[in-house]
Amino acid sequence: MQITVNGQSHEVSTDPQTPLLWVLRDELGLTGTKYGCGVGQCGACTVHLNGQPVRSCSVSLGDVGGGSITTIEGIGTPEKLAVIQQAWIDHQVAQCGYCQSGQIMSAAALLAGTTTPGDADIDAAMGGNLCRCGTYPRIRAAILDAAKRLHQGG
Amino acid sequence: MAKKTRSLTRRAFLVASAAVAGGVAFGYYKYRETPANPLHAGPGEVVFNPWVIVRTDGVTVITPRAEMGQGVQTTLAALVAEEMDLDWSQVRAEHGPAAAAYMNLAVAKAGLPFADYHDSTMKRVAEEAMGVVGKFAAVQATGGSTSMIDGYTRMRMAGAAARAVLLKAAANRLKQNVIGLRTEKGAVIAPDGQTIAYADLAETAAQIAPPARPRLKNPRDWRLLGKPLPRLDMVAKVTGTAPFGIDTRLPGMLFATVKANPRLGGTMQSYDATAARAMPGVKGVFDIGNAIAVVATNTWAAFQAAEQVQVTWGPAPYPATTEGIFAEIARAFDRPANSTLRDDGDVVKALAGATVLRADYHVPYLAHATMEPMNAAALLKDGRLTVWAPNQAPTVIRDKCAAALGLSAEKVEVHTPFLGGGFGRRAEFDYAVQAAMVAKAMPGTPILLTWRREEDMGHDFYRPGALARMEGAVTKDGPVALKAAVAAPSVYASQARRVLGLAPPGPDKILVEGLFDQPYGIPNYRVQGHVSDVAVPVGSWRSVGNSHNAFFHESFMDELAHAATLDPLEMRLWLMKGQSPRAVKVLEAAAQMSNWGSPLPKDHARGVAFCWSFGTPTAEVLEISQTATGIRLEKMWIAQDVGLALDPDTIEAQAISGAIYGLSAAMMGEITFADGAVEQQNFYDYDALRMQQTPVFDVKILQSLDHPTGVGEPATPPAAPALANAIFALTGKRLRSLPLNKQVTFAG
Repeated sequence: MQITVNGQSHEVSTDPQTPLLWVLRDELGLTGTKYGCGVGQCGACTVHLNGQPVRSCSVSLGDVGGGSITTIEGIGTPEKLAVIQQAWIDHQVAQCGYCQSGQIMSAAALLAGTTTPGDADIDAAMGGNLCRCGTYPRIRAAILDAAKRLHQGG
Repeated sequence: MAKKTRSLTRRAFLVASAAVAGGVAFGYYKYRETPANPLHAGPGEVVFNPWVIVRTDGVTVITPRAEMGQGVQTTLAALVAEEMDLDWSQVRAEHGPAAAAYMNLAVAKAGLPFADYHDSTMKRVAEEAMGVVGKFAAVQATGGSTSMIDGYTRMRMAGAAARAVLLKAAANRLKQNVIGLRTEKGAVIAPDGQTIAYADLAETAAQIAPPARPRLKNPRDWRLLGKPLPRLDMVAKVTGTAPFGIDTRLPGMLFATVKANPRLGGTMQSYDATAARAMPGVKGVFDIGNAIAVVATNTWAAFQAAEQVQVTWGPAPYPATTEGIFAEIARAFDRPANSTLRDDGDVVKALAGATVLRADYHVPYLAHATMEPMNAAALLKDGRLTVWAPNQAPTVIRDKCAAALGLSAEKVEVHTPFLGGGFGRRAEFDYAVQAAMVAKAMPGTPILLTWRREEDMGHDFYRPGALARMEGAVTKDGPVALKAAVAAPSVYASQARRVLGLAPPGPDKILVEGLFDQPYGIPNYRVQGHVSDVAVPVGSWRSVGNSHNAFFHESFMDELAHAATLDPLEMRLWLMKGQSPRAVKVLEAAAQMSNWGSPLPKDHARGVAFCWSFGTPTAEVLEISQTATGIRLEKMWIAQDVGLALDPDTIEAQAISGAIYGLSAAMMGEITFADGAVEQQNFYDYDALRMQQTPVFDVKILQSLDHPTGVGEPATPPAAPALANAIFALTGKRLRSLPLNKQVTFAG
């Protein structure tokens, strides 16, 4: 079957019951999306499906259908960083970094729907993303900063 | 604490000239001659291993410590870059191979049974001896918050040695004296402005013998160190391009998982893999000793098939339930103490005829629960094994994989990618040996072994459960006696048996650290450790013994303060005076930052705790509030004295990280056992602090020494007692058992 990831179409022959996470990682080599728990508890595998944040460990390939998937690789690259990634760098957010793809995907979805998120919005959007290094204070600061830049067009 | 410089610099070599990966490498190796010891001439001694690689487009620094979030590779690279006068944009860091040259001397010294705040001749002599032992053991390890303590001089020397020969090469080329030359942004600059890039000098420079003692910069002249630097791994980590172990991909790679006995250390009696072998994508099911391994075309297929393998497991070599395990731990109190590392005054006499408090404390087993589950990739080809393992001890990984496959260590190559968290879990080698055994079953095929989260939760080397019996006596002036006894399985013995095959006898510092080594001038003060031999595998968990002992000690200090009707912070300050000016300043800073003693809003309360660990005195004040949905953590103030702050931004991040790790465990962390197996499966029953539960942080970093002390762990120990003490202040309930969410409700 065909799936569309970051604007590119891919032919995959994997069992349709396979979670999207493993298709991305093991079949397409898109390793930026991480495995953390496999049961939608930690958010490390967060991607966007038609613009909405989903846990890719809990969405099967068959359920994706013709939907449009965006992964961290589709948000920005080292050469062409997205505003949110630049905010993450400016606040030196990442420690081990393993959860950060998922954190950024959840935050990007929040910022796509809200121009001026408050603390409660951030709590609600980010509560499903676990970080064992405890980078939450800097994530919060980076989201607020990115919102400002996006809102002010810069 | 400043001894390591002396022990390392008697004689120095710069071994230069290797061309490494298209660049020119400068290796720097120091050793101390002890002619009385013939082992010094051993072949592993003079190692040819570079720290500095000059490339045409910059400099790669070999930073041979695991990057597991603490920013270690950035700061280690900065130590070299500072001495070489590099522009930060020219610097790259690579972990490099497993090698004796990269041994960690500080980690061995940190295990000595001396209170860190109390410097003594005996401690110095023992540290010298331990430096020698560490060298022969030659363990390359990341742990014990030692990376900067170990690397501070060594990495700067490596940079300074490289710069010295680059200068000389430039002088030779320009036919000028070195004195007139200077270095800037990766180039040598002559008085007339002529500029020669290091890359253009590297090949000839590498032929020049370096000075025996390269001169180090005066810290006054530092341009990179002491200031926040952008982390070298940051761009990769926000773009999904940072290679973690689990991201290792090789042509033709297959994907594997394991299913090991949930009764830890038990045997595998029989298994039936018929159904699993018939599943789509499955390439093989293998017996790897006490586990089966499934190899498939993708990780998910391997996970699914592993669940279908029917296995009969042998019993656990320890009591089958949590209650049974703790009853066994408690029995250690009945045996004589094996670690009495503090016995001041006459505690028995002092406890007679005074206002005596007695309290029993309990903490549970804990998992590390790194975000990246255990994994390793391996390839066995032409009699050589290559392992890609996110790990904290590459030389141990190398040796254990070699032993498992019957290879010599030289036939094993270890790569250390980024670690998605470590916290001590990845100081173990089990996952890498499993990958090696799967690779052996499928020679020529690269395999990536990934554990399911459930496997990871149930097959950890846990922070041991621990019990404490505390007794104290107070007068109106404060504590006059403190008697502490702790019983727990020995992390030290458990690890030593795994790594060395035996546990050397002697006092167990880890068991009593955080209890015996605190800078309080209590006149009658005894701390004893009772080792329990419960065989649940235990290991280093961020801050190790301090993680439980600070909870015991600092909660009980709070009890003593209230018994004496003294302010808990003021009482500690009073006890520290004359013991340690560093500790006093740290606690005073925490008091000032938090405005300790000032009136609080209704339903708010504060708690304070202190712990000196890994050379770094740390004080934490936590303000909490009672809300309609439960107790909420409002704000935490952290003050710590890191000796010398090499990167304040990274240190602040570690302080907050350490505190959150400690708070998570205190609030909700508990591993329990039933039928010999760990009951917790995943993050739904072993969770940690989430964004909305995290307090606001304010961190103050003090500097009082000419060298750095530990930063990765010291903020963890005070977190639990600061919270429990705040809860006492809020509710009047003294909570002596963790996790706290079994006794109070926290806001979600």
